[in-house]
Amino acid sequence: MTTEIEISLYVLVLAVPLGLELVRRVSPLLHTPLMSLTNAISAISVVGAILVSGAEGSPALSKTLGVIAVMFATINIVAGFLITDRMLKMFKKKEGSK
Amino acid sequence: MNDSFWQAAYIIGALCVVLSIKWLNSPVTARRGVLAGEFGMLLAVVGTLLRAEVVSYQWIFIAMVAGGAIGAPLAYLMPMTSVPQLTALSHAFGALAAALVGTAEFYNDVAEGNPTTGFKMVAIVIESLLGYLTATASVMAFGKLQEIVPTRPMTYKGQNVINLALFAIATVLGVWMVAAPAPVWVFPAFIGLSLLFGILLILPIGGGDMPTVIALLNSYAGAAAAAMGFVLENRLLIIAGSLNAASGFILSVIMCNAMNRSFANVLFGAFGQAQPASAALAQARPVKSATPEDAASILESARRVIVVPGYGMAVAQAQHKLRELADSLGKRGVQVDFAIHPVAGRMPGHMNVLLAEADIPYDRLFEMEDINQDFSECDVALVIGANDVVNPAARHDKTSPIYGMPILDVDKAHTVMVIKRSMNPGFAGIDNELYYLDKTLMLFGDAKAFTGEIVKELGAHK
Repeated sequence: MTTEIEISLYVLVLAVPLGLELVRRVSPLLHTPLMSLTNAISAISVVGAILVSGAEGSPALSKTLGVIAVMFATINIVAGFLITDRMLKMFKKKEGSK
Repeated sequence: MNDSFWQAAYIIGALCVVLSIKWLNSPVTARRGVLAGEFGMLLAVVGTLLRAEVVSYQWIFIAMVAGGAIGAPLAYLMPMTSVPQLTALSHAFGALAAALVGTAEFYNDVAEGNPTTGFKMVAIVIESLLGYLTATASVMAFGKLQEIVPTRPMTYKGQNVINLALFAIATVLGVWMVAAPAPVWVFPAFIGLSLLFGILLILPIGGGDMPTVIALLNSYAGAAAAAMGFVLENRLLIIAGSLNAASGFILSVIMCNAMNRSFANVLFGAFGQAQPASAALAQARPVKSATPEDAASILESARRVIVVPGYGMAVAQAQHKLRELADSLGKRGVQVDFAIHPVAGRMPGHMNVLLAEADIPYDRLFEMEDINQDFSECDVALVIGANDVVNPAARHDKTSPIYGMPILDVDKAHTVMVIKRSMNPGFAGIDNELYYLDKTLMLFGDAKAFTGEIVKELGAHK
């Protein structure tokens, strides 16, 4: 029988090589934006933070931690995406296109 | 709202995240990649908010507004030279968020009188360990980049033994909690150790090794998110987290290769301690120096100039003046290209961002492998704020700490010009024989001011 954990492990063993392949193809020119973009994506943990802080009947301690986590994750998301976009806007090909 | 909505949102969200990194492979599609990433994140957040388990919204919205209010100014007000700092800080927040969620999950189960053990606890332990240690390590990295904390490696006797012992204790505590419900003090002690370990990990690492370290911390933050996915049985987290972990890992491997050093050497080698002996040596040998006028006339009569920027350019904010110089030479028919060493700057790709900020088109920026053979045909190699990445000792001096590191072969150029503040050795404290070559002209001064002077001279020659 396939358990939940098994499915998760399958997802993991597929996602890691996919990530390695995708990132290998990114031009070194864009390594800094790549890092800030993946930085923003790592804040996907906001999902867990919302679940912990919004759930019914979770203890006050967990809720508090969850709310703080939502705030921190949001800082990470907002700062990460905005700085990435700000950087990418600057990459231009044509000369003199100011 | 039924379950199928958020499930669909998560699946599309996961696809967006994958596409987001795929589109980042070229500057042409990169901004679409950011958009895809943002859309994926939006789906993840909205999908989660609409799940039946989530019943109270008030505090979540307050926290999100507060987070946005802090995050947006951070992203807009930081100058481009500070992108490494911002990234480190942002890592710290994200990692701490993951760690706090792990902690909350743990205490949830405790409150239910059913402390977690077994596989779920393995995931919580990994999530918390990586989350907390990445948080403090990132704050330390931020401190070093901002130069609040001394950038030189800090070492003390038995440092590696102490670090290893701490790590061993943390592992024992972790295994204990997995095997059986442990006493109440164990989890807080585990958190404390993780936090401490993060600080100690960064202490012996020098400023110049920050590109590797930031990439590694990026990887840890992703791994923490993936571990959280196992705790919550949430595959979106696993996919996004492991993509991120893979990305950070590859970047740090690329950085290590670019320095011809192993992970272990970067993390525990305390590379770049002050070597006063070589500094004294540097004073003793004669060098040729030149004025902005000399530099201008040589550059003017060149056919091809290759510029090699380094961290010193970033510190001096010289990228805009450098573009003026490139424009001015370009108008005179001089071909100006830029050679970017993979570890130039304080994070992977740092130089590219700064030059792009100064409106230098990205098709003039070349990677090391693509431009190295061109140095022998170029008239002038202009080194601005770079040091170890152009040190020929890396090719032949087996006793040099940087022996074997791939370098930019500027010494093969017809003439080499080096803009540098003084003869003090760079971050690694290694003397650079490039400066004593017959064909090398030292241009002493602040990178920005000196480049400005050259531009002025060129203007006067019109």
